[in-house]
Amino acid sequence: LSERSEITLTVNGQAHCIRVEPRRTLVDAIREDCGQTGTHIGCEHGVCGACTVLVDGAPVRSCLMFAVQADGKEIRTVEGLANGEELNALQRAFMEHHGLQCGFCTPGFLMLITGVLEREPDIGDDELVDVLASNLCRCTGYQNIVKAVRAVAGELRRRRSV
Amino acid sequence: MSAPTAPTKGSGLAWVGRSLRRVEDPALLTGRGCFTADLSAAHRVRFVRSSVAAGRIENISIPENANVFTAADLAAVKPISPALHKFGYIPVAQPVLASGFVRFVGEPIAAVVAASEAQAEDIADSVSIEIGEAAPVIDARAALADGAPQVHAEAARNVVVEGKMETPGFNAARKAAHRAVTMEVRSRRQNATPMETRAGHAAFDPVTGRVTLTCATQMPHLMRTAIADLIGMPESELRVIAPDVGGGFGQKMSLVPEYVVLVWLARKLRSSVAWTEDRRENLMSSFHSRDQYVRLEGAFDADAKFVALSAEVVANVGAYSCYPTTCAVEPLMAMAELPGPYDVRAYACIARGVLTNTCPMAPYRGVSRPVITMALELLIDAAAAQFGLEPVEIRRRNLIEKFPYTSATGLVFDEASYRQTLDIASEKLDLPAFRKRQQCARSQGRYHGIGFATFSERTGYGTPAFAARGMGITPGWETVELAMDPSGDLELRIGASPHGQGLRTTLAQLVADELGVAPDKIKVVHGDTDRTPYGWGTFASRSLVIAGGASVLAARKVQSKLKKIAGRLLETAADDIVFEDGTARVVGTDRALPIEMLARAAYHQAHLFQGELDPAISETATYDPPGTFSNACHACIVNVDPDTGRVIIERFVVAEDAGRLVNPMIVDGQVLGGVAQGIGNALLEEIVYDDTGNILTATLADFLPPTSREIPPIELFHLETLSEATITRSKGLGEGGTIGAPAAILNAINDALTPFGVAINEIPATPQRIRAALRQARKTIA
Repeated sequence: LSERSEITLTVNGQAHCIRVEPRRTLVDAIREDCGQTGTHIGCEHGVCGACTVLVDGAPVRSCLMFAVQADGKEIRTVEGLANGEELNALQRAFMEHHGLQCGFCTPGFLMLITGVLEREPDIGDDELVDVLASNLCRCTGYQNIVKAVRAVAGELRRRRSV
Repeated sequence: MSAPTAPTKGSGLAWVGRSLRRVEDPALLTGRGCFTADLSAAHRVRFVRSSVAAGRIENISIPENANVFTAADLAAVKPISPALHKFGYIPVAQPVLASGFVRFVGEPIAAVVAASEAQAEDIADSVSIEIGEAAPVIDARAALADGAPQVHAEAARNVVVEGKMETPGFNAARKAAHRAVTMEVRSRRQNATPMETRAGHAAFDPVTGRVTLTCATQMPHLMRTAIADLIGMPESELRVIAPDVGGGFGQKMSLVPEYVVLVWLARKLRSSVAWTEDRRENLMSSFHSRDQYVRLEGAFDADAKFVALSAEVVANVGAYSCYPTTCAVEPLMAMAELPGPYDVRAYACIARGVLTNTCPMAPYRGVSRPVITMALELLIDAAAAQFGLEPVEIRRRNLIEKFPYTSATGLVFDEASYRQTLDIASEKLDLPAFRKRQQCARSQGRYHGIGFATFSERTGYGTPAFAARGMGITPGWETVELAMDPSGDLELRIGASPHGQGLRTTLAQLVADELGVAPDKIKVVHGDTDRTPYGWGTFASRSLVIAGGASVLAARKVQSKLKKIAGRLLETAADDIVFEDGTARVVGTDRALPIEMLARAAYHQAHLFQGELDPAISETATYDPPGTFSNACHACIVNVDPDTGRVIIERFVVAEDAGRLVNPMIVDGQVLGGVAQGIGNALLEEIVYDDTGNILTATLADFLPPTSREIPPIELFHLETLSEATITRSKGLGEGGTIGAPAAILNAINDALTPFGVAINEIPATPQRIRAALRQARKTIA
């Protein structure tokens, strides 16, 4: 089990050639081997969603995936959302609606929502609350996260209907 | 980011009261936050923990060539044993690694050091510990029984602290009463469950010989003192940093034994070591809370006026006593605050802290008050039913209305709005209309209920309040340093230690108004013992009130100095200077200088003020207030399905009063988050032990914090009764959300279940408990 394999993880467009044990989780590889610590570890058993990243566009709990399973795949993390210093629409909405307090769960929520809105831009308000129930936040009580996401989803719907 | 526009000239209190966006947010939204687990270290640490609840350690066998440390290695490290000088407190001691005995499942026994986390885990799995098991005691009432196993030899019958009080004439008042109502409630055990678990990183610097401990803490200065004391090292050789901290809710305010071990290891190995707790460890061996029995008897006169209250509180404090508050914090707070916001003059209480073979208890958001508020509010509703009154009416008759009000336990309540918040909540839920709908729904087999909870939240209290408990370590005051550099920028260094509350934003708002500058001119520095004045950290809804008050005092000192400088430069009296929009202006004229020029003069033209003013601009201020009570009414409508026991919260109203709101957006965030935790407390979250003391809820699939699906939209209404007791005229409000929600929800459930003759007096009110109560009632009827 301790024999290492060489894999390539493409994180936010940058390729990282790393050597990992088969048991290494994707989140550990992203944080420690690729040095991207914006993705957080909350439970390591797939419940809290703090470690959510996008793997080939789909939200994934990176604590439940092995790094070797993500070999050659496109991974997106919170570090890839802003354009330089300019926050994207979702990040701005979180700030405007006070959708974060301690900020520990925030990267997971941002990536979950990013993946969902890319796949289902017309998702309804009630379904959004269901989707958001994938992840845990202990500070905000969710209401402001829901507001932020509804604002962004609403804006997306408006733009598509124009 | 969206910088707010400057206030109009001469607009007075321009920044306080505005929902400024938080300066904390951009880093956290872009993955640039820095949490303890983000730091790399030469060595990773894994703790080997007890798998049994009670017993004697007979042998520890360590694999060859493994780097494993036990109590024997740390023999020179003192045990954790905080002091309390009242209420018969027995100072039980906790070795940082179990020494001789283990007292709860999850207690750390050995520390494994390895190059990687995975290697440390592998080695930890091969450390074999033999424990001669003894009979454990898990439940607090069982621990009080004759012949119960004793958790610590020095604490007879497992009682570690016992508070008792009785007001003069209590018995006469009780006997003269028209009607007595009893209420017995049980709160099951909870874990605060911050999304970031505990984590520590200790790095030895061979050049200076100092250790820097970076850790997830709410109290960096106290950690420094505690760890230096226990290890026996000069405090000056330890620096403690609280970087971004992923929520605390009290769990991160107590001393963590593992952090002591990390500092010891860093010195021993002359290197860096890091430990990140996993969720199982967090649920099993980080601090628990809320495990209490409360029994009340309320006596009322013929008009349903509360005349006497007696209480018995049994608080399960776990196996050890937390530092610095001691495990007496829950029972003693219960005793002091049980009468709540009601005018009841005759009061008697006995409140015990009881040791058991379970994870130690520590403060968690609300500290005891969620449980005592539930007990009292359920009692009030039970009394209302006996008098045939609406719950709102009996509260109206009993809430305190004249301020300041000195309670039966000697607490002084400053002005608040108990009646008004109750009226708002009842109006928003349209109580009469609800009663009609409720009747109609019942006839169709649907069961709705309404519940109210009115409560006070004692916040922002200084040393006198803590001293009343007799604590060996008496927190309360807070100090800040405010320095203006030669460019005119300000740095505010605080001993408080925010971890999600947005204090960097709100304290800058307070200082900005005092100095007539924009908040972005003020950088708030916290969470580093090398960079900030000694302080107590962030807990007990204190920081905005106390660190905020100190910030205002320091800003006034800076303002006074700037006035003298400006007076000199503008050739006028200091008193004629006003500050606004970043300038010092002679009042009633347009003669003005930018603040930057005053700053420059203070440093580089000091000769102008020789003999009058010292060079530079740096002021320190301390604030130690008496405390203030914020208040709220929580009210909700629930739908209970008698077939499944499922509870759906249809509406939840909070009418809240925290005095002046410095940043309403952040205030709302505190309330919404607190209520969500209260809902979890009321319906979902429960740490379960089996009879042998093994924990059955060690994952987030078993211990269930609420998700977005369980939290309804919370309807929030604010009143602003400005506090006379605080400099900022604000009141703390960080905990109220958790305090009122369980009581309001339980009252609503019980209102819904009235037709079945069933009442739930235990939290969490899970579907299983509701179904069990309904089945029991059916059996009784049959």
